[in-house]
Amino acid sequence: MTSIFPPAIVFIMGALLIPFLKGRLKSVYMLILPVVAFLVLRGIPEGNYVIGQIMDKDLSLRIDRLSLVFGYVFILATFIGIIYALHVKESGEHIAAFVYAGSGLGAVFSGDLITLFIFWELLTISALFIIWSNRTKAAQGAGFRYLLVHLFGGVSLLSGIILRVVETGSTDFGYIGLSGLSSYLILLGVAVNVGIPPLHGWLVDSYPEASVTGTVFLSAFTTKTAVYVLARAFPGEEILIIAGLVMAVFPIFFAVLENDLRRVLSYSLINQVGFMVVGIGIGIPLAINGAVAHAFADILFKSLLFMGVGAVLYRTGTAKGTDLGGLYKSMPITMIFTLIGAASISALPLFSAFATKSMIITASGHEGMTIVYFLLLFAAAGVFHHAGIKIPFFTFFAHDSGKRPKEAPLNMLVAMGIAAFLSIFIGVYPQALYSILPNMVDYVPYTADHVISQLLLLFGAFSAFAFLMYTRIYPPEKRSINLDTDWFYRKAGPAVVSLIGVPFARIYAFLSRTVLETLPGFLAWFSRNPYGAMKIGADIILLSLSGGGKEAQKNLQKEKAAYPGTLKEWSVSTAVTIALLIFAAYLILFFFSQ
Amino acid sequence: MIKHLPALLIVIPLLVAIITPLIGRINRALSWYTATITTFISFVISLSLLKTVLEQGRISYWMSGWEPPWGIEYAIDYLNIFVLIIISFMAFVGAIYSKKNIDIEIDEEKKPFFYSVYLLFVTGIMGMTVTGDIFNIYVFLEITSLSSYALIALGKKRQALLAGFNYLIMGSIGATFFLLGIGYLYLMTGTLNIADLAVRLPEFYHTKAIFTAFTFLAVGLLMKLAVFPLHFWMPNAYAFAPSTISAVMAATGTKVAAYVLIRVMFTVFSLEFYAQAPFNIQYILLVLAVAAILAGSIMALAQTDIKKMLAYSSVGQIGYILLGITLMNTNGMIGSLIHLLNHALMKGTLFLVVGAVVYRTGLTSIENFRGLGKKMPFTMAAFTIAALSMTGVPLTVGFVSKWYLSVASIEIGMWWLVPIILLSSLLTAIYFWRIIDNVWFKPALGEEGLEHGHDNHRKPKSNDAPASMLIPTFTVAMLCLVFGVFAYGPVSLAEKAAMILLK
Repeated sequence: MTSIFPPAIVFIMGALLIPFLKGRLKSVYMLILPVVAFLVLRGIPEGNYVIGQIMDKDLSLRIDRLSLVFGYVFILATFIGIIYALHVKESGEHIAAFVYAGSGLGAVFSGDLITLFIFWELLTISALFIIWSNRTKAAQGAGFRYLLVHLFGGVSLLSGIILRVVETGSTDFGYIGLSGLSSYLILLGVAVNVGIPPLHGWLVDSYPEASVTGTVFLSAFTTKTAVYVLARAFPGEEILIIAGLVMAVFPIFFAVLENDLRRVLSYSLINQVGFMVVGIGIGIPLAINGAVAHAFADILFKSLLFMGVGAVLYRTGTAKGTDLGGLYKSMPITMIFTLIGAASISALPLFSAFATKSMIITASGHEGMTIVYFLLLFAAAGVFHHAGIKIPFFTFFAHDSGKRPKEAPLNMLVAMGIAAFLSIFIGVYPQALYSILPNMVDYVPYTADHVISQLLLLFGAFSAFAFLMYTRIYPPEKRSINLDTDWFYRKAGPAVVSLIGVPFARIYAFLSRTVLETLPGFLAWFSRNPYGAMKIGADIILLSLSGGGKEAQKNLQKEKAAYPGTLKEWSVSTAVTIALLIFAAYLILFFFSQ
Repeated sequence: MIKHLPALLIVIPLLVAIITPLIGRINRALSWYTATITTFISFVISLSLLKTVLEQGRISYWMSGWEPPWGIEYAIDYLNIFVLIIISFMAFVGAIYSKKNIDIEIDEEKKPFFYSVYLLFVTGIMGMTVTGDIFNIYVFLEITSLSSYALIALGKKRQALLAGFNYLIMGSIGATFFLLGIGYLYLMTGTLNIADLAVRLPEFYHTKAIFTAFTFLAVGLLMKLAVFPLHFWMPNAYAFAPSTISAVMAATGTKVAAYVLIRVMFTVFSLEFYAQAPFNIQYILLVLAVAAILAGSIMALAQTDIKKMLAYSSVGQIGYILLGITLMNTNGMIGSLIHLLNHALMKGTLFLVVGAVVYRTGLTSIENFRGLGKKMPFTMAAFTIAALSMTGVPLTVGFVSKWYLSVASIEIGMWWLVPIILLSSLLTAIYFWRIIDNVWFKPALGEEGLEHGHDNHRKPKSNDAPASMLIPTFTVAMLCLVFGVFAYGPVSLAEKAAMILLK
């Protein structure tokens, strides 16, 4: 035991005081917490510290360059997110947010697998409470599915960890690499949180359903914590390059077609994380640096975009592209900040992603991965398309919706202002970020070559958008609540998008239906009367085996119609009979197996 | 005095049980004080015995000074002191809690009688735990069973009588099997002292009489333990008994049965017996354990009554306990023992919460939990902690059990058990989290229209359970966290017990 005080505990313990404070004092207190956490973190020199024990295993805290970057940005994101949420009176969501942020901090600073798993589960549960805090029917459903998917991931992670601990005898959390069942299970568990397709459904399902303020938090922690674990445990695994490319490319199609702007942002979140995963997969120091730096920048500009759209949602009550437009007249400051966020995510020179994303793309070029390089370029152009142009365009310009909402509340504007300032700051003075990256790499983003090629790329993407808009080929703003295969049948839209999109959409729709609807639906049906359900199942099998007469089919129909009926209670006589049967079976085994 | 503590542990509640109806004649309220003070004394004695065992090792107390194996011996080692602490603590908690609970769940004039039987029940479970004589275990088993039939039948609903009667039939069959098993053992060895049996039995391991004895003992105990598919008595018994009794029985009754099973399987019999048995007993029990884990969780999903849901979830949890026992290695035994403690705490909390809800609302349907988070915030916080534990979230006790059971499964090469252990916690999550959702995020039934969105200003008045219910409930819930974080104490005790059992 040492006297080291983990920053995660500042948040988690600090959260418990929130319900006892009121008004201004509460606001001040919540703003001080991230500052305290930052000071605590600065006070701990790099190294490994044992901070506790559970069972006979040590819980430890590790501070090194890799974890520090994530720690800093997590604290920063908490600070911004709290400012943005200051107007929320209810304590519940604030508590959940602090526990959530604290779990993220705890996970990145964990020095062993058990500590990691503890915070991993805490992250899931607190996120669930954030989602549920919105108190809508949709949020409740999405939250429940979120829980199931993540608990499944947790089960996989825990199985992997237990296997690994038994195999190696140590709980050390360092480089793991892909070898053996345990590492695959761990990777699967992490992949759920990263949102690697087809395990990404929860992200676009739940983030748009959380409250305006909740989504800002959600967008920052779960995926980035998982990215950190990948960078720590699986750098240089080639499978990650492929996974990352899929993540970077496929959401583009959906983001273009989606009407709910927060859902568009959720897709673009997957797309951005895809860049990071590719960087980790490439594995050379420059690529790892790029992935980490991009995570840092992404947390800022993605929360900025979520805040911008959230402010609009807060004022107008909708985040649907079809219902918005022309808001620049009455929400000019929000518009400017959102534009800065859009410019940052699109990697415009002098904005943050330009300094970070290019590291990953350059690294793929260095390694001679031509296909990877071009796919990343394509994905980068796609980002500009949906996040850089679509979000601000449909919200603030496009056709005038006639809505004249008030400008966003002051606390929201301050939060957006900070995020916007930092996004530009990183873009203008990237060395500040580079100096805290894990690997010492000499990288200069602003070469003539880079700037020109990026500008050309963006120009190309913009002309494509303009061309599509002008010729009205661009998918019109449609009120499709949920993107599904049927969208393509109904609106078999012009060639390019649907040609590539249809197979994707089909697979996606199938998977999301299975994971999010069919499976839980079946469980719900089954659980209403398990005996009855099993009997129906058995009868169906019997019927198909025997070929079945009309009588049998009729009986089955009757049975199905009567379902769930009343639960059968077992009578005492059945119970006694079963007891005797088991006893008899035992005796018979004893006497005849000699 | 100190020397006689093992006897006093049993004698005090037994005597007080007899005089409680008399005290109740003077004033009905007094019977609560006698029961609470008595169970408290038992708990203190248990703690002092724990201290002695930790310092000096096994305690052997000779009843009336007769030397075993002729006289009855009370033998306390690491295993039974572990169980003793759990049950005496939960009995004490139950006694405090019962004050308000039985006000509404039991007829006024039956109160003294209730406490008298309650103390008999406590005498029985503690006697089963401390005695070192297998026939004496049977005697206490019958005391426990008879008193629990009565306690269940005291429930106010009409079905309580039937539930008590069903339990009576099943319990009697179980007890009879157990007695027959003892009879065979006695015929072959001529002794009833457990330590003596352990010495004399190995030379008869190959005989058919001993196989039959084991079969009788095992099936009888599995019935008492309510292992699937012998669990039929349990759901209704728990559902219709007064809430205090559901909580205490869930936390102690099955635990003691598990203790006796462990004692019989690993002290009376030994690993050697299973090694030379004509077929693999381990596999049979393993199948039963896995079936219990899965079936319990699935049946719990189907319930709409919270008490029945908890009872079925107990069926699943008992599967975990049995699983650890049948793995027959140190970590498995630790997992099993630690789950005895953990399940007592978790299920204890949950039933106590239900009792509080019944006290305030009078209903036990799951639907009825909607919006309770605002009305009974502390009670529901306790519920949430216990539900998190049941799901096996780290930093709660449930995680510790899962960990040891999983590690043990991998160690003996049955890694396929790990997904079963962990995935069933997913099922557990489903049936508990739908309630948590109801509790915290849905408006109460009939109040849907009153609150919209996240900006609701109208706060229903908090009307939490009375302190005499809330404090015990919250204490037990907190222990779910305390032993989840500081698991080292109970684990090291369980480890010592496991070492001796599996030597």
